[in-house]
Amino acid sequence: MGAVDLSIWANVNEATPLLSVQGLCKNYGARVGCAHVSFDLFPGEVLGIVGESGSGKSTLLSCLAGHLKPDQGEVIFQTAQGPRDTVVMAEAERRRMARTDWAFVHQNPRDGLRMGVSAGGNVGERLMAVGARHYRDIRATAVDWLGRVEIASDRIDDRPRAFSGGMQQRLQIARNLVTGPRLVFMDEPTGGLDVSVQARLLDLLRGLVREMGLSAIIVTHDLAVVRLLADRLMVMKGGHVVEQGLTDQVLDDPQHSYTQLLVSSVLQV
Amino acid sequence: MIEIRDVAKSFTLHNQGAAVIPVMAGANLAVGAGECVGLIGASGAGKSTLMRMVWGNYLAASGSIMVAGLDVAQAAPRQIIALRRQVLGYVSQFLRVVPRVPTLDVVAEPLLNLGVPVDQARARAAELLARLNIPERLWALSPTTFSGGEQQRVNIARGFAHRYPVMLLDEPTASLDAVNREVVLTLIEEAKARGAAILGIFHDEAARDRVCDRVVDVRAFTPKVAA
Repeated sequence: MGAVDLSIWANVNEATPLLSVQGLCKNYGARVGCAHVSFDLFPGEVLGIVGESGSGKSTLLSCLAGHLKPDQGEVIFQTAQGPRDTVVMAEAERRRMARTDWAFVHQNPRDGLRMGVSAGGNVGERLMAVGARHYRDIRATAVDWLGRVEIASDRIDDRPRAFSGGMQQRLQIARNLVTGPRLVFMDEPTGGLDVSVQARLLDLLRGLVREMGLSAIIVTHDLAVVRLLADRLMVMKGGHVVEQGLTDQVLDDPQHSYTQLLVSSVLQV
Repeated sequence: MIEIRDVAKSFTLHNQGAAVIPVMAGANLAVGAGECVGLIGASGAGKSTLMRMVWGNYLAASGSIMVAGLDVAQAAPRQIIALRRQVLGYVSQFLRVVPRVPTLDVVAEPLLNLGVPVDQARARAAELLARLNIPERLWALSPTTFSGGEQQRVNIARGFAHRYPVMLLDEPTASLDAVNREVVLTLIEEAKARGAAILGIFHDEAARDRVCDRVVDVRAFTPKVAA
């Protein structure tokens, strides 16, 4: 086999999933939200979920993030204390995890930011929620994070209302990542932004995923975004996962009729 | 390093009457360390299809594709991701990057993904860009605005940034001038000399004769029409 160190397979094969989802179902009355979704997400992996409006991708994301209670199934998260099913966890504990281990980036920054609080306050608030108390440290960390998401430090006392859409989205990302989560849920993070701003945000997200070793689950309808950001892809239709696999395999050699239709309907991805 | 055994491939077009198109059957091929094997055969004969099955973005219908001990035809996505990060490099014909990212960082990215420190990764990227005659004033710009030949050279620099033990090269010298073609051929020879196994498609016959130890005609893998 030559000079290749085959021990890399041992590391890959022995890895424990950060998130393990089994048989997740959510119905809205008689309508199916999402049905029988199962997958494992490993540390450092970015999973894209695509599908048209109403396909259940946002419902799935909400169930995973604990915003919605699924009717059936398990969502096992590998916490520092070992694997825990977040579905049956007490609300207080789930909220604590949502502040520390997880982050949620909303499509509309207004849903994820406090619009009446300064940019620095938005970032600092997350830190205080996990116990930071020293004002100077909090402000220094906030300045550092605004810099990482390319917001000038002289805007730290401005409210998000005074920011452009792209800046608001970057601020939301800073607010979410400042506490060093291990898993980030993103709902259409580049939706509603200019294409030039989207590109900048994509580059930023890729750098952060790499540097922080983050795992991420990204819901989007934009196949070009998942091509550039996601390692793996899940395609949803009518609440069901119709196909999943390596991102470029699903996009370049789609097996399911719906995925073939989806891929062939896009102008050059 | 690459061992393809009895691989078959067909496409099922669900939205065109579920037509099943067999494109390959009984493909066998091996590439050893330090060896370069060229795929030949007319356009549409399946050279790129075979290469994509090794890369893992096309699924093989049957058979096995061993790359450095991993069967790509059976592997889980995360195993293929690890393979691509550390072992298997691919220089495609097209550069696909996040717009607005500087050329230097586009080239350095495969090394950054391996955890190489930024200054070292950028130094290696700069070395390759200089060898491939991309003017330094362009390094801070995104390659999306570059000419076709420049983009191709950026793609080659990115593909060679990490010293992969196994490489796939899809027309690496197409649309290059004589000087840069020479640089690319030298890069390939250097990769072979350090023991890389290379599978390539070269329409440039002189280039193929120079770097390939053997050629394999993929027409031998065309499915036989049932009698």
